[in-house]
Amino acid sequence: MARLARLALDEDEVGRYAMQLSAILEHVDAVRRLDTADVPPTAHPFPVENVLRSDTERPSLDREVVLAQAPVAENDRFRVPRIMGEAP
Amino acid sequence: MTASPAPGLGSLAGIAASVRAGERSARAVLAVSLDRVRELEGDLHCFNEVTVEAAEADADAVDRMVRSGLDPGPLAGVPVALKDNLCTVGIPTTCSSKILAGWLPPYDATVVSRLRDAGAVAIGKTNLDEFAMGSSTENSAFGPTRNPWDLGRVPGGSSGGSAAAVAAGMVPLAFGSDTGGSIRQPAALCGIVGVKPTYGVVSRYGLIAFASSLDQIGPFAITVADAALGLEVIAGHDPMDSTSLDRPAPSLLDTLDEGVSGLRVGIVADFLSAGSECGDAVVAAAEALAAAGAKVDQVRIPELLLGLPAYYVIAPAEASSNLSRYDGVRYGLRVDGPDAETMNARTRGEGFGAEVKRRIMMGTYALSAGYYDAYYGQAQKARTLVIRAFETAYRDFDVLLTPTTPSVAFPFGSKVDDPIEMYMCDLCSIPSSLAGHPAASVPFALNPEGLPIGVQVLAPALGEAVMMRVAASLEAAAPRESRGPVTP
Repeated sequence: MARLARLALDEDEVGRYAMQLSAILEHVDAVRRLDTADVPPTAHPFPVENVLRSDTERPSLDREVVLAQAPVAENDRFRVPRIMGEAP
Repeated sequence: MTASPAPGLGSLAGIAASVRAGERSARAVLAVSLDRVRELEGDLHCFNEVTVEAAEADADAVDRMVRSGLDPGPLAGVPVALKDNLCTVGIPTTCSSKILAGWLPPYDATVVSRLRDAGAVAIGKTNLDEFAMGSSTENSAFGPTRNPWDLGRVPGGSSGGSAAAVAAGMVPLAFGSDTGGSIRQPAALCGIVGVKPTYGVVSRYGLIAFASSLDQIGPFAITVADAALGLEVIAGHDPMDSTSLDRPAPSLLDTLDEGVSGLRVGIVADFLSAGSECGDAVVAAAEALAAAGAKVDQVRIPELLLGLPAYYVIAPAEASSNLSRYDGVRYGLRVDGPDAETMNARTRGEGFGAEVKRRIMMGTYALSAGYYDAYYGQAQKARTLVIRAFETAYRDFDVLLTPTTPSVAFPFGSKVDDPIEMYMCDLCSIPSSLAGHPAASVPFALNPEGLPIGVQVLAPALGEAVMMRVAASLEAAAPRESRGPVTP
């Protein structure tokens, strides 16, 4: 789960979270066991649909201001470590 | 140990009237507020940052307007505090997390610009449980906030810094966000008024997202009238938030004093056993409303008890998605690694605290293939059942009463190692969050140890006006000593 969530954990954390997450899952089991035949799901309290705005130009955030908050920026871009692995 | 009553800065209307009339400068009001912060901040730690220079500049701008014959607005010169998950241009906005320490937002939250346009003077960013996940502020990466009623106890959370700042008389008005109770619970534990509006009444633009289908911004104040004014100022449609309801801001103050005669008030019996002294306060509150002419009855709504387990699936699921943006690329902390995935994982492993990691993993699990239907899908259906149960109850009642919290403010460390015990704090506040309904906590009593107890008023969607009327009636019936401001 930690790998899926991109969280690097140490041994201690893995043990502790495994225990706590089991307890939480046990607590929310009431929801899993609920008879919900014919009950539709609610994703949002008031479904609002097709919220549109007029297609007019407006200034976006200033590039320099945004890049100033980046951990590493270079040539007007965010710099990141290698994403692709070696070719097989 | 025992807190003593403090004078505070007076009502918002009083401050604004004197500033607008030029009888008192915004700068002078600010000085009183900042003196109080200097006196107590060392004990309380309400703020991540007090922005003295920006506040002085804002106060001077208000005073210049008054001198030029312009009206600065209904909050002229009112010092306010902002939870540190509300974006403020050029002022660090951290969510009390290491991963965002020092981040300078490139834009203001809509709430922040509306407050400034109304003449308010923001004095700083208040402490919270990291990313608003928690009920005690003990999850802040920068240390906990203390409760001004008893420095050995938590102020509640997640908006604990905002609640404590108002309760200690540092500011007469503060803002927080409420996802499952993060305004109402700290308001109850700090003896002040806290309001979570109907979902969509206040723009979430510039509120750092936790669980987007639940998050709402709302006010903290000493009195119901002040909370109502604070809400009126920030409410109303905003095209920058597509979930913002396209309707005018509710008018609350006009009807605040209309009383409760003929109103049908339901005591939610399912929550009375949740905590005896808090339950007793609800019964006493209902008696006070009956004496004022309301028709009071008990009602059983057992489906509301599904709220807590449903919430602790839905909120972490939404959080795990929202917090995926903290990847060490565009802002905040980066911990380097040989490749992007290792960099992401190290950044997040180091940057997030224990509760945030717990919830991200819980949410990732609930959304993962194979468990999605069993957990997230089922929780969404449980959410429907909660909403339907409210619909049925509101056929017979105009408002519902519950305790805000199962217990009064608890000592530091007493729940922090047991997530379930901490989650139980939200038992009574979660159902209206799931339904998107408004809810308010009003201080109503003190327990034998002198700690405040809050009563929660629930109303159907967009029922803010009637809810605040009931809150005002409760306030009138409550002993004065049950609410702040206090000096620790």
